[in-house]
Amino acid sequence: MNLRRFWAVARKESLHVRRDPSSLGLALGIPMLMLLMFGYTLTLDVDHVPFVVWDQSGTSQSRALLAHFTASRYFDFRGTVENYGALEHVIDDRDASLVLVIPPEFARRLDARRPAPVQAVVDGSDSNTASIILGYTLGIISGFNQDITLAQVRRAPGAIPSPALDLRPRIWFNPDLESRNFIVPGIMAVIMGLIAALLTSLTIAREWERGTMEQLISTPVKPAELILGKLLPYLGIGMLDMVIAVLMAVFLFHVPLRGSVLLLFSVGGIFMVGTLAQGILISTLARQQLLASQVAMISTFLPAFLLSGFAFAIGNMPVAVQAITYIVPARYFVALVKGIFLRGVGIATLWPDILFLVIFALVVAGASIVFTAKKLR
Amino acid sequence: MRAEPKPSAETVVEVQNLTRRFGSFTAVAGISFAVRRGEIFGFLGPNGAGKSTTIRMLCGLLAPSSGSGRVAGFDIVREAEKIKTRIGYMSQKFSLYDELTVEENIDFYSGIYRLPKSKKIERKEWVLTMAGLRDHRHARTADLSGGWKQRLALGCAVLHEPPVLFLDEPTSGVDPNSRRQFWDLIYELSGQGVTVFVTTHYMEESEYCDRLGVIYRGELIALGTPRALKTEHMQGAVLEIECERPSDAMELVERLPEIKEAALFGKGLHAVTRDTNAAPAIQAIRAALASGGFRATKVESIVPTLEDVFVSLIEARDRAEAPQAEVRR
Repeated sequence: MNLRRFWAVARKESLHVRRDPSSLGLALGIPMLMLLMFGYTLTLDVDHVPFVVWDQSGTSQSRALLAHFTASRYFDFRGTVENYGALEHVIDDRDASLVLVIPPEFARRLDARRPAPVQAVVDGSDSNTASIILGYTLGIISGFNQDITLAQVRRAPGAIPSPALDLRPRIWFNPDLESRNFIVPGIMAVIMGLIAALLTSLTIAREWERGTMEQLISTPVKPAELILGKLLPYLGIGMLDMVIAVLMAVFLFHVPLRGSVLLLFSVGGIFMVGTLAQGILISTLARQQLLASQVAMISTFLPAFLLSGFAFAIGNMPVAVQAITYIVPARYFVALVKGIFLRGVGIATLWPDILFLVIFALVVAGASIVFTAKKLR
Repeated sequence: MRAEPKPSAETVVEVQNLTRRFGSFTAVAGISFAVRRGEIFGFLGPNGAGKSTTIRMLCGLLAPSSGSGRVAGFDIVREAEKIKTRIGYMSQKFSLYDELTVEENIDFYSGIYRLPKSKKIERKEWVLTMAGLRDHRHARTADLSGGWKQRLALGCAVLHEPPVLFLDEPTSGVDPNSRRQFWDLIYELSGQGVTVFVTTHYMEESEYCDRLGVIYRGELIALGTPRALKTEHMQGAVLEIECERPSDAMELVERLPEIKEAALFGKGLHAVTRDTNAAPAIQAIRAALASGGFRATKVESIVPTLEDVFVSLIEARDRAEAPQAEVRR
């Protein structure tokens, strides 16, 4: 490894980047665009659920139940229906995701201290959303039950009872359970991996296609000088992308950044080196730009999107798939970014994930150097 | 750490039974030759004959399927990377970076060849002067004309003053004037003791070489100085014929028993006799043309050109191989 040759390659490669402003624009613009799109559209939150009531009881008790729903920020009251046909209609037209049916004998049964059934008709076409709506509904119903029980007991003579269990939940790190807070750091990791591999996937293949590689391999340049020299300018672009992404996360999406900024960018750099090297390795083996860029895209985006745990919890995956996630570098980077952003933890907690990223970067960079044969086929 | 080549002598390039196969296709079939220090050695052959494959094996860019060779004292199979420190190579396709300027391309290669700082500036100015690009050092390489590109590529290939230079069809697609200038540069380098190995399919270019190897279908079919090839490899005399309607006349001439082969050449015909004594053939041709009604202005014996030699060699090879091909089928 000779420093002069390394610098010669790095300088030449950065000239290529500078001379090609449209590619540079894409390299910086695409991450911004993706972060905007995903940040605003990809939300797993369910709130302001439109709901409609068929109040067959029409009593003060039924209105009290209704008040519990309208007071909740999870539900938006969208009116009433008076018959089954209208009920079907609002669900079919997606005017409401929930119809609450309060039967005529509701008040009478309550007064008689007998269980009063209430029907909840939920649009189940999106099962995840439906179960969340059902959860909210049960929560409100149990709140209403508690109120009634307390009222009935108060009216009766004797001591004031207290409920047996009183759960006071506290959710750490993301107290409002804003899905954006964990989606934005996750998507940052996905985008950085994708862009990094795409940036470098073209570099070696382009030299093969244009014939400049034949000249280059007739010189004494060593594979390590070539690979690392090519990597350096793209590491610069990748880190610039990360700065943009972090600034957008903090100032546009208001994701709290609780941990060390230095640590965040350090692990970003390590992740970047590994993924840039992955792009170079693909480029070296493919020797064709089109093939290389497609392989780079699929081999980074899909695992990062599906297997990193950024949107879909790894614990819910089949065991075999869980095993695969261990070799996906994005898995570790997503964990690190979330850890630093939301939990504010440091290197003492995060070192195993960092260690994996270091190993990944070394192995892949090493492989791309080994596979850079200075031979024609 | 730089291993010095064995102080063996004058032979700079040497190959024995060098062979390269691509699947079932044999691109180079067991060729052997040697090139001496300071020689301009030409490799002449039609497209696809195996010229580029040979040159790539010599530069350590392509592993031979079998056979052996040494370049600048190093083994082409085991010491390919050492060879790369001692050679300059110019591939057939222009292979500098189009989007970089003239100066940036030179700077890149002087970094790759690790030229010391003082040397770097001196060599850069030499290349710019040699290529006539002093006033265009900040021009994008893509905007240069063919001749300029080719001289710049040569300059980048010899920045580190290699003792051996490999040029793969360096003048294809370049105008004749630039081609002449380019050969002046090659002579200059050769005069400084640089060994030049050059492939070409231009006949007039091969006349400039000290020695020539003729390669056809992967085999070396002749080897020698241009003069030796012309005198030793022609078994008959070459006649130049100038007459009316030469393509019709050719059919007539070809059928004469004294004539081995005839081909259109310039405005007339060239015919090769079976016998080294050309006189009977000249008489036969004059008689045949007169009776056929072709007015002949000239029928005389000439010194063969390399093209005559080349055509004759290739036809002899095709005739020798044709019966075998029939049998194989």
